[in-house]
Amino acid sequence: MKGNTDTIIEVHDLVKRFGDHTAVDHVNFEVSKGEVFGLLGPNGAGKTTIIKMLTTLLPSTSGRASVAGLDVARQQMAVRRSIGYVPQALSADGNLTGYENLLVFARLYDLPRTTRTTKVREALAFMGLQDAADKLVRTYSGGMIRRLEVAQAMLHQPRVLFLDEPTVGLDPVARKAVWEHLGNLRAETDMTIFLTTHYMEEADSLCDRIAIMHLGKVVVMGTPTELKASLDEDNATLDAVFTYYTGNNLESGGTYRETARTRRTARRLG
Amino acid sequence: MKLHAPAAQHGDLASAAQTGRETFPRRAHPLTALTSFIEKTFTIVWLEARKLRHDPTDLLTRAVQPALWLLIFGEVFTRIRAIPTGNVRYLDFMAPGILAQSVLFISIFAGIAIIWERDLGIIHKFLASPTPRAALVLGKALAAGVRAVAQAIIIYLLALILGVHMNWNPLALLGVLIIVVLGAACFATFSLIIACLVKSRERFMGIGQVLTMPLFFASNAIYPVAIMPGWLQVIAHSNPLSYEVDALRTLMLANGAITTSLITDFVVMLVVTTVLVLLGARLYPRVVY
Repeated sequence: MKGNTDTIIEVHDLVKRFGDHTAVDHVNFEVSKGEVFGLLGPNGAGKTTIIKMLTTLLPSTSGRASVAGLDVARQQMAVRRSIGYVPQALSADGNLTGYENLLVFARLYDLPRTTRTTKVREALAFMGLQDAADKLVRTYSGGMIRRLEVAQAMLHQPRVLFLDEPTVGLDPVARKAVWEHLGNLRAETDMTIFLTTHYMEEADSLCDRIAIMHLGKVVVMGTPTELKASLDEDNATLDAVFTYYTGNNLESGGTYRETARTRRTARRLG
Repeated sequence: MKLHAPAAQHGDLASAAQTGRETFPRRAHPLTALTSFIEKTFTIVWLEARKLRHDPTDLLTRAVQPALWLLIFGEVFTRIRAIPTGNVRYLDFMAPGILAQSVLFISIFAGIAIIWERDLGIIHKFLASPTPRAALVLGKALAAGVRAVAQAIIIYLLALILGVHMNWNPLALLGVLIIVVLGAACFATFSLIIACLVKSRERFMGIGQVLTMPLFFASNAIYPVAIMPGWLQVIAHSNPLSYEVDALRTLMLANGAITTSLITDFVVMLVVTTVLVLLGARLYPRVVY
């Protein structure tokens, strides 16, 4: 915590290069405490790379970033304690039950022994999974897996919850359920939520503020209303905003590996 | 449900931010840090053991290969007496070697599981949690040990059926248990390191094949080092598998005399495993880059 401000995530001149490819190119933004902040952009825009740097998974090439007042490069363990993270790919273990999946993380996040099981049961109930708690996760539907993963990430009451494409590959009904649960989570806690998505509808309904990325740069940032107003047309949709700022080249980026992963995720959820 | 972050934690984080250091009141004492390290290592072992309990078929299918080696190769070579094993029957000589081999083969697959879990995104979540990287690696290594112990039980049963003269002294059995876990941890970590370097399943399979065969054949698993040509003896002596086999041969067989070589075997394996775990802890985060 900075003490005098409400800023919880600070990103300053952040750069990440892979060889001669610049995935994240001098990015700057701040996120306030309690906000739902959405990072939008076409595949390959650098969203996941930013999340990986903020969650201490990837070192930056230059620049700095802090989460909850902690430097992500120098205070990694403290950062890890203050965040929850739901990766893009499906990360719950199919060969364990939902309860076991959560219990592992209750232990890894040092939840006190006496309250562990209660907390796990509470988190499962909060995400509407109490009935499926003792079933193997490989029998879950895609939406249930996502909710389980959110439960897993919020178990230790993190200051910031990072969600990388939380609804990718989900059908509309499951997507809606995930949104509702995220909405409840937000209403009941002061947790800051940082998410990436390329569903405009999702960004519009969930996010307080949005940054649109294109080719490694943040091209525009603001509330959904501000962004829509920034276009010179009546009743502009976020889709129009997105197309306007990222150009017509929606096919840019998206490597073979990313595409394969997205398809695989979609298939597992199917 | 109320989800307020505990006030004390806020204070800790704030003070950590002000001093610019990582201060963890709960981690203050080195002993606390050590218990936490051990607890988290065993959380990983627990997780892998639960998965095995939910789906134990893998353990049984993995037992087929060592069974074939003992039944076919062992029975034939015992009869032709081609390999000089002193006054030990060849099947007896070979049984500890086959145990070591099956431990090697089961552990060398640990790397492929790492790549699989990376593709699924499971590893990302573990790496984003406040778990020491060495605990993640050691946990995986010891989990391979759990699988290896299951193999050891099956091979003991087979050896019993085939009439191998075993040492049933509880201390010797305990020794076998330790060596099997240590050997599995050693090769599982080796495999994890390769996985972190090559990062793709296809390349891993290629390299895994290339490494497993020499590790097995350039060791004392199925013939004594003494009958090898000089250059091969050098390789066999720098192969951790030879030390594992030597230790198992001493501990498993009824007439195996406890010699000083057992201590050498144990120390060599412990040192190699420790070095590999430390190296693995450095490389492990790179698997998600």
